[in-house]
Amino acid sequence: MSKFKKFFYSQKAAPYVFVLPFILSFLFFWIYPLCSTITMSFQDITPTGTEWVGLKNFSKLLKDTVFHTAILNSFEYMILTLVLLIPFPMLFAVLMDSRLVKAKGFWKACLYVPALTSVVISGTLFRLMFSEYSTGQMNVITAALGLGTFKWLKMKATGLTALLVVCCWRWTGVNMLYFISGLKAIDTSLYESAEIDGASAWQKFRYVTIPLLKPTTIYVLTISVYAGLSMFMESYMLWAGPDSPNNIGLTIVGYLYKRGITKNQLGYGSAVGIVLLVIALAINIVQLILNGTFKKEED
Amino acid sequence: MKKKVLATLLSVAMVSTVLAGCGGSSDSASADSSAETTEADDAAAAEDAGDAAAEEGTEEGTDEAAAEEEIPTSTFGDPNGTHLEMWTFVELHGQHYGNMVEMWNEQNPDRTIEITCTTYPYADMHTKLLTSLTAGTGAPDICDVEIGQFPNVVAGESTWLVPMNEYAAPYLDTMVQARMDVYAGADGNYYGIPYHVGATVMYYNAAAMAEAMGISQEDVIAKIDAVVTWDDYAALGQEYLDAVATDGKYWTSVDTAGCDWQWIAMAEYGEDWTGGFGGTANVQLDSVKKMLTMEQEWVNSGLAEVSPDGHVDLEAGFQNILDHNIVSFPKAMWYMSRFTNYMPEESGNWYIAKCPVFEAGQKCSVGIGGTGTVVTQQSANQELAAEFLAWAKMSEEGEQLIWDNLGFDVCNTVLWNDDAFAHDDSNQYNQFFINYPYDVLYSIKDDIGTVYTTAISPTINEQMCNVTLNDILENGMDVDEALQAAQDVVDLEQ
Repeated sequence: MSKFKKFFYSQKAAPYVFVLPFILSFLFFWIYPLCSTITMSFQDITPTGTEWVGLKNFSKLLKDTVFHTAILNSFEYMILTLVLLIPFPMLFAVLMDSRLVKAKGFWKACLYVPALTSVVISGTLFRLMFSEYSTGQMNVITAALGLGTFKWLKMKATGLTALLVVCCWRWTGVNMLYFISGLKAIDTSLYESAEIDGASAWQKFRYVTIPLLKPTTIYVLTISVYAGLSMFMESYMLWAGPDSPNNIGLTIVGYLYKRGITKNQLGYGSAVGIVLLVIALAINIVQLILNGTFKKEED
Repeated sequence: MKKKVLATLLSVAMVSTVLAGCGGSSDSASADSSAETTEADDAAAAEDAGDAAAEEGTEEGTDEAAAEEEIPTSTFGDPNGTHLEMWTFVELHGQHYGNMVEMWNEQNPDRTIEITCTTYPYADMHTKLLTSLTAGTGAPDICDVEIGQFPNVVAGESTWLVPMNEYAAPYLDTMVQARMDVYAGADGNYYGIPYHVGATVMYYNAAAMAEAMGISQEDVIAKIDAVVTWDDYAALGQEYLDAVATDGKYWTSVDTAGCDWQWIAMAEYGEDWTGGFGGTANVQLDSVKKMLTMEQEWVNSGLAEVSPDGHVDLEAGFQNILDHNIVSFPKAMWYMSRFTNYMPEESGNWYIAKCPVFEAGQKCSVGIGGTGTVVTQQSANQELAAEFLAWAKMSEEGEQLIWDNLGFDVCNTVLWNDDAFAHDDSNQYNQFFINYPYDVLYSIKDDIGTVYTTAISPTINEQMCNVTLNDILENGMDVDEALQAAQDVVDLEQ
């Protein structure tokens, strides 16, 4: 009993006990799969046996033009989402925080609701809306505007537009909430003093809001980089599968799914996953260094 | 003391939440998969998934994977009999086994069967099957596998699947041999049992043509019957288009998300881009080039349009046919059920004829699509399952139900010429079309070519449907250039 008691009251042991559940699930659901993915990426896994093939999977990736298309697509998509999903949600958040907007709760809910709907359902609806047939919603709209009809999901530009529409529809509200919480943390006295100094609305935004929102912005940037690179569901639903005309909707994860799951080439699929991990880590580490996240607070 | 209780409570709460976390998810998962829903009226949706699948099936079907939440499960047969699990991606297929199991139990009262058929969406079912076969546990006794997915499953050969040679033997002499061969493994054993030949024929909207051209339906049919070569076909199309003279009307539509046209061309010249089992894949075949060049010319001249959404076996394709935007197209015989299911108002308008050829005397059809049903090694009753399966799909009783209910061109050639079977006017497909489908099938009996589905097939199909056909037909790329690019991708995989 006393041992037990001692253990529980020990200043040293208690923190470990408290983080244990997390550590266990982290080891079991993250570290173990990560390690086995790394091993699998050096193997050729067939129904009849597993074979070590060294770097063959990776050297094949270097020559695989479809994979290169997937990387390019993911990059394009990621960069465009950064361009769209940081400034606009920030703007909306500032508006929601200002006195200019009435019924804020309503607008916030409107922007946030898409994030709660299933991508599966919304993706299917968007696919029908972007149908190339003349009765698809988007074609009805563009035809009414005199722009003619488009084969939305067959062409690169329109296909990417469709993806971005889905993405913005879905994530604007979430990012806006992050920014709103960031804004709430800014001391109002700073604005007051800026006003006393004669700052205009723009100057207040530029010299008070943006710098003080930086931690939030970095957070949103970091998760958006990864979310952009690992996008899969949106494209999967929009094209009803991992295949799209000229591979315009193929993403890195889409390719991983196609190879690993539908073609049952788990070794090659793992190699794709490792490449994605390396890319995402590299971008984020560079980005975090540039933003000074690793520097000490005082610097 | 209080502190201690609190600490204990907290840790218990914490641990239990962790466990609940794990347990919760697995609970709900199992609840999902075993959800005993009745045969809901989403037959159409489930079927859709399967239909798509019956095609080359790389991309279609998955939409239902998403939209469909309910998993229709039905149990048939004798509750005291041996229990078999069966998975399919087309609800109607499951019902076929239901009917067959009742008949089996009457004939074999000492070896009765109870079968539970579960219909999953197309992509889900194949993923689930591959995963459970890889894992070595969880697979059903009997499972439908779509031909496009078959190479992935048959890769497991006798480690995963039960060889069907012995069980299929009694029926082999009347079966179309090529259809057995397409479901063979690299070791030469038969692993899948076919439903149908999938012979490709040409569908013509004779009623719409007669109306547009201002002649009687009989005259239109005479003109259609006179078509021998693709040149004749194009000429008849031009005649129709001149008569109809309306924007947005085309003679046919060419596919960017399906390789049917290329398959027909290959069969006509006796070529095969997979190179057969153990061969080397080559997509730069003369037959393929000829077909693609011809299709590209048609698109440029306005004779053909590119199928909306890529091929005719999709909602947009059905609408296009209903709107009479196209009045002819080649498709396998199983497409008949799309007419009865999705375009019932077209009843009595359509005429079935054999496909044109490049040079007179060539073969004029090819077996496209299909579903091979397998018995897994994980089955506890392999022998019974295999025997029942072979009987349910290959016996005359089985073939009769396949034709009546599923509308397939059965693999038993003896029946094709059987008057009671082929000319049964109570059959919905015989009622729907102007002529008897089996008459056409019988007339091309010796002209049905084979293109194999081998390990490289998914790669070829994917490259063609995603890139090559779009480049050629939508973007006007040079045929040779596009095929070279396709060959490069295919070469990477072999």
